Amino acid sequence: MVDKLSHGIGGLTYDKTKRAWPNEANVFIALILIILAFEALGQILPYMNGQSMLFDFNTSRDGTIMNIARIKIIILQVAIIGIIALGVTQVIISGGIDLSSGPLVGATAMIVMSFAQTELVNGQLNPKAVFGAWSFDLPVIVPIMVGLVFGAFIGGINGFLIAFTRIPPFIATLGMFLICRGISQWWTKGQPVSFPTDAFAAIGSGMMPVVWFAMLAILLGLIMKFTVYGKHTYAIGSNEDAARMSGINVRRHKILVYMIASMFAAFAAIVLSSKNLTAQAGMGQFYELYAIAMAVIGGVSLKGGRGSMIGTVLGAMVFGVIQSGFTFIKLDAFYQLMAMGAIIIGAVVLDQYRQQRATAG
Amino acid sequence: MSNDYILETRNLTKHYGGVHALEGANFKLRKGEHIAIMGDNGAGKSTFVRQITGVEQRTRGDVIFDGKPVNFVGPLDAREAGIETVFQTLALADDLDVPDNLFLGRELTKWNFLGPFRLLDYKAMHQATMAGLEKTGVKIPNVRNPIRNMSGGQRQCVAIARTATFHSKLTIMDEPTAALGVQETAQVENIIRTLKEAGEPLILVSHNMRQVFDLVDRVVVFRRGRICADLDIKNDDVTGEDVVGYITGAKTQAGFEDAA
Repeated sequence: MVDKLSHGIGGLTYDKTKRAWPNEANVFIALILIILAFEALGQILPYMNGQSMLFDFNTSRDGTIMNIARIKIIILQVAIIGIIALGVTQVIISGGIDLSSGPLVGATAMIVMSFAQTELVNGQLNPKAVFGAWSFDLPVIVPIMVGLVFGAFIGGINGFLIAFTRIPPFIATLGMFLICRGISQWWTKGQPVSFPTDAFAAIGSGMMPVVWFAMLAILLGLIMKFTVYGKHTYAIGSNEDAARMSGINVRRHKILVYMIASMFAAFAAIVLSSKNLTAQAGMGQFYELYAIAMAVIGGVSLKGGRGSMIGTVLGAMVFGVIQSGFTFIKLDAFYQLMAMGAIIIGAVVLDQYRQQRATAG
Repeated sequence: MSNDYILETRNLTKHYGGVHALEGANFKLRKGEHIAIMGDNGAGKSTFVRQITGVEQRTRGDVIFDGKPVNFVGPLDAREAGIETVFQTLALADDLDVPDNLFLGRELTKWNFLGPFRLLDYKAMHQATMAGLEKTGVKIPNVRNPIRNMSGGQRQCVAIARTATFHSKLTIMDEPTAALGVQETAQVENIIRTLKEAGEPLILVSHNMRQVFDLVDRVVVFRRGRICADLDIKNDDVTGEDVVGYITGAKTQAGFEDAA
């Protein structure tokens, strides 16, 4: 009886040509193509005088043929939103969405900075002090913990609402979007909070945002690939009913997913306010959308179940290169937004086309 | 209480509001026995399965599994007790590969002190998967392929291999071949025969008369939420026409007059 089966089920054999080409490879190729396109534009456009975006053959500057300064800026400008995108990626993989991360950055920055203020600024009492004397020059761990706990709290509410009231994640996090924006304006009645301690200012100084982004990307990438947490996140996004029937505690897991996403956003707020040495109520505007865009460009499926941290990191790079490239070819800011929107739509259309083809095959 | 029975239900009843989907079902399954549940659409077959497997909570009645009364609060509870179910809608995660699906919700892990972040033991799961597939005679060319890329038959075999991998005390299959082609159906039926040889009891919900007469020892017919016949098709002289008669209501077996 078993002999009959030895040729595969129903005579089906494994077709190597149908093997899934990793999504991340496509994103990487897109990244290379986009860089080449900007390099070509630099050569073609008459007003560019043959400039190169990423290469610098005037080796006397820094000893390499790369334009290190621009590459640094590209990575630095996506690093903080990239941290948010990592957290959002696992939310999208679980089949949800998180719109609250941008305003959460603003609210967390305001709160965190209030616990990170230094007492004396140029010999004067801190003019932007939020609390009394007790809040000055606290150890740097205090503002960090306050920020992460606040993030976990907001994410926990998101997750609780989504898991227990069954309202769509879009609505739950849209409500939290407004609530967080309200919190950030209410906290100091709109006043910016400034003058952090040196230790706090060190968190986001220089290239530190990139270091945090890289470390968190590796950490979360490993978690998604090698732990039960990651496997269950993919399973829930892939088929929530199957996950439930298989005995996964879907509700508890969703709360955890949204908590972690919000903690990543809160950490991004810590790095951002440290980098800027100030916190303002309007911080983080559009960050939630950029973070989702990075994930989507990186091949994370909005239907859930598919995507990876490597993809999102590459998606963030694509995002950064396009932004920097537009500035490089001296495109006006209005056109930049329009073009960025078109690119995000194009990425999703391409991804859906690719998925349809894969399923049909 | 006799230990001959792996599963027994007494007066098992389920009402959805005013709808009496299942009414007073008394059902017995011997160890090693394969039983088919037949009946028209809406006769209560799937409802019956959902009460046993803890997917839903019964309105009243008793379920006695392996000699003990049980109250499963969820499918995981039932699974831990030893009831493996292949659901009508496949409970598989399309984006995961074969070992992931086999071990979904009960992954083999290392470093368990890490709580939800404990590590997956991919190697052990892969080995157990290959052993499970071998046991059921299922051959899948590349188990690392996401099952999205597999045919309906292969996916069904994965779902069934999942039950076979875990030495269940009772396997329940809800129309496992409803959506399959001829060859794929033969595959699934082969797996069922393997289970029979291994002495693992089975409840098979099926509409396929030929399949039922080929595979099982006994047929229980449901009609309008009630059991209306219990037929020993291996020993008694029962024909397909008789069974159809019970299903449609043309006949009712002695002892089940309530269902008429």
